[in-house]
Amino acid sequence: MDYFAQQLINGIVLGSIYGLIAIGYTMVYGIVGMINFAHGDIFMIGGFIALITFLILVSIGLTTVPLILLIVLLVSMAITSLYGWTVERIAYRPLRHSFRLAPMLSAIGVSFVLMNFSQVSQGARVKPIPPIITGGYSLLESDGFVVRLSNAQIIVVLTTIVLLAIFTWLVSRTRLGRDMRACEQDQTMAALLGVDVDRTISMTFVIGAALAAVAGMMYLLYYGLVDFFMGFVAGIKAFTAAVLGGIGSLPGAMLGGLLIGLIETMWSAYFSVEYKDVAAFSILIVVLIFLPTGLLGRPEVEKV
Amino acid sequence: MSAPDLTHASRREAIAFILKNAFISAFVALVIFSLMIGVRTEAGPTGQLIYWTRFDDLATIVAVVFAGSIAVELLRQWWGPVGVVGAIAPSVQRGLDFAGKAAPPLLLIFAFLVPVLFYNQRYLLDLSILVLTYVMLGWGLNVVVGLAGLLDLGYVAFYAVGAYSYALLSTNFDLSFWMCLPLAGILAAFWGVLLGFPVLRLRGDYLAIVTLAFGEIIRLVLLNWESLTGGPNGVSSIPRPTFFGIPFTRGDDGFAARLGIEFSPTHRIVFLFYVILALALLTNWVTIRLRRLPIGRAWEALREDEVACRALGINITTTKLTAFATGAMFGGFAGAFFATRQGFISPESFTFQESALVLAIVVLGGMGSQLGVALAAVALIGGFELFRGFDQYRMLVFGMAMVLLMIWRPRGLIGHRAPTVFLKQNTAISAELAKEGRG
Amino acid sequence: MSHESILIVDGLTMRFGGVVAVNGLSFAAERRKITALIGPNGAGKTTVFNCITGFYKPTSGVIRLTHDDGRNFHLERLNDFRISKKAKVARTFQNIRLFPGMTALENLMVAQHNALMQASGFTFLGLIGVPSYRAAERRAIDRAKHWLDRIGLIDRADDAAGNLPYGDQRRLEIARAMCTEPALLCLDEPAAGLNARESAGLSELLLSIRGQGTSIILIEHDMSVVMEISDQIVVMDYGVKIAEGAPQVVRDDAKVVAAYLGADEEEAAAVMESGA
Repeated sequence: MDYFAQQLINGIVLGSIYGLIAIGYTMVYGIVGMINFAHGDIFMIGGFIALITFLILVSIGLTTVPLILLIVLLVSMAITSLYGWTVERIAYRPLRHSFRLAPMLSAIGVSFVLMNFSQVSQGARVKPIPPIITGGYSLLESDGFVVRLSNAQIIVVLTTIVLLAIFTWLVSRTRLGRDMRACEQDQTMAALLGVDVDRTISMTFVIGAALAAVAGMMYLLYYGLVDFFMGFVAGIKAFTAAVLGGIGSLPGAMLGGLLIGLIETMWSAYFSVEYKDVAAFSILIVVLIFLPTGLLGRPEVEKV
Repeated sequence: MSAPDLTHASRREAIAFILKNAFISAFVALVIFSLMIGVRTEAGPTGQLIYWTRFDDLATIVAVVFAGSIAVELLRQWWGPVGVVGAIAPSVQRGLDFAGKAAPPLLLIFAFLVPVLFYNQRYLLDLSILVLTYVMLGWGLNVVVGLAGLLDLGYVAFYAVGAYSYALLSTNFDLSFWMCLPLAGILAAFWGVLLGFPVLRLRGDYLAIVTLAFGEIIRLVLLNWESLTGGPNGVSSIPRPTFFGIPFTRGDDGFAARLGIEFSPTHRIVFLFYVILALALLTNWVTIRLRRLPIGRAWEALREDEVACRALGINITTTKLTAFATGAMFGGFAGAFFATRQGFISPESFTFQESALVLAIVVLGGMGSQLGVALAAVALIGGFELFRGFDQYRMLVFGMAMVLLMIWRPRGLIGHRAPTVFLKQNTAISAELAKEGRG
Repeated sequence: MSHESILIVDGLTMRFGGVVAVNGLSFAAERRKITALIGPNGAGKTTVFNCITGFYKPTSGVIRLTHDDGRNFHLERLNDFRISKKAKVARTFQNIRLFPGMTALENLMVAQHNALMQASGFTFLGLIGVPSYRAAERRAIDRAKHWLDRIGLIDRADDAAGNLPYGDQRRLEIARAMCTEPALLCLDEPAAGLNARESAGLSELLLSIRGQGTSIILIEHDMSVVMEISDQIVVMDYGVKIAEGAPQVVRDDAKVVAAYLGADEEEAAAVMESGA
């Protein structure tokens, strides 16, 4: 039971990170109908930028942890969202009304570029940092097994919840959110009604990238390392989460993220670590067989 | 559109516009590269991460972006609007059509002569074998993606199934390459059907992710099932191909000794070259035949409109499954060949990057065009090899090339579809009309 | 009545969540006749078609098709593609669904898929090019040529279907459906978007198809076509049948006039007149 509780905590933390990345996939899919294959690598870039900012801050003698975290968060979000904007501008916008596979291939190309770019610019080796947030609480203790909730875990989950709240507010209450929903329904009509479609799509990529940057930073805090390849695996998992939840659905992305995080953790804990990804992917396939549009996706009505 | 009547004022405006764009680009570059290039991190002597700055590199990059932006903008004004670039004059088009008709036989003759022309250039022979392997993979995937319009991001799984089938059958049961080849194809086709079943109801991007997941599952199982596959160490000492039983060895019963010629390791390479050429041509021949058979037409019809297919009494399930199985089978053949050529395989050779590469070949070739796929394979794999010296920048350049090629020709190199049957004249159909499938 | 009727729909109900699109509809379509299904937009006509052709599974009700030889098919129990393959029901779509990137001839060849598939020995014999398959393919091309001739598109056989003018596409879709050799042909608004001359041509084509023994059900808003060619009309509104009978009878039915065009009876009468 205690063991299970511990795994539950770990799963939720991991799931929060996946969920944050998954939102970026699902938002872009909802609005331009493409799989942004480079999104996982944007997450990786976010992690790197957080790492470098952290190193610089520490080296100039800053010691207040909350202040460090805040600055790292803001810098990482700002720079990474510019990556998102640039990628959309260069690689996707020229292909917006083209053949469906073209933007996808272009995205795969961008993914290779980003991955290789950070490999070349920062080296291929894993970059570890000493733990920034230490300490935590012991929740339960029995038979010598302690259920621990670390401060890092609390921060990851809290940040995720706060960001989700802001994000939900953004989509449902602001002008930008309304424009985004309008573009999702019908870009031509939205443009006729005075919505700046280009700008709205750019903003979608910017917001998605900003959330991915947060996820990257959380990953750094939680695992204490980044490497150039982490975007690929996390990206596939997060995309799996988005599809599992029903791509295009924002609550679905978060739900899918949590599920993938839990499945992965539980499978590692009770069965085998080696096959945790196999378990996550298999469950995705099984879910899609029975719910072809995911858990919360709108069922596709076939117009004949 | 150099527009000689540009007035002085509007020219100044144009210059201001170009400069403004260049400054914006440079600024964006400055921000996004500031930390990633301006600062370099590495583990220091104590294991702690340290960093140092590289502001000179950063300045260089920003300057390059600034100049590049001006150059691109000037080029754009010189070329005229993007739409005009895409249009091809009829005379040029006729020339291209002629080239399209003349190219396949010429390429084929050239392919047959490669071992003769480059007999002493081992590197070129190896490269040709590699290119042909990808041509074959491209043609195989083309059945699934180009003809049937089913997006498959996990094609490498079937390549892996073929490779491991041969590797395990030959090392465990002493079966020869020629026995294993059909078995590898059949096993891969079987896995194709197995994958096909669950994904039949899925469309578009759901299909894409499931095929991707499937590819990863296969790779992870190969990586972790150590008792069978050797795990990350892979399978080694896979038997080399023999000339129908005669090995390419230095000994008395070797190929060279039997023919009474001097032994040379190149014999085996040449033999491998012709084996993969034959396999690729078989793939091509079968695909071309299938297109003209009802099943091939049904695949293309499926890509065009699935609902209409159902209304015409076409069994969507079996049609999709046969497409998956056919594509997978060719992937399996190619995999078996890969295993015998390398003599060693490990899960590392079957990553998503491989799937993406083959898909890029198909899409860049122009969906459904056999010639286009072959040209794209030559261009991509050949281009890839050009950068062998700059190993660490290879993926960077390859990724950029993919983006640029897609922007340049979203429909691929050969954007035409040739009808499978005609009454009077065989007119190519512009790819603008052909659908790409939603499945 | 059973042998006279090719299709008997009995108590057909189709529910989408809370919405009842078709509610207890019953009618019979006579053999070798043209039956028109009319009614205002949203009356549930296309839903009935989708039930007949297997795109929807009806919530309840029976759809029975009887071939000339007396064989019965319960369409509500068949899968979509088997309805065309086994029960020989073909259809066209309200928004044309040709294969736009394939030529007109190829479109008609795809329609003969099942016959050709068998002739090609499920691909294996066709792959090695046995003579019997070649003969079958020649016959299929001849049939396609016959239909291209009948719809006046023989000169455009090698053009992409997506490049044909709208009216030609409509006719090509009918020809494609006919290439499956159907017992029952279901046409969803075949005259939509056609000009007067094209509509007249369409009427002629449909009458000639009826003449060769194929039964037709059509949904149509163009009353001139409906009144001219239908042998029998079924009027639907809000998912139920409100009238049925010969064109003259239906035209004079006050209930139809009222329901069909709402309260404005004067306008309704005018439209009905123009159809006469």
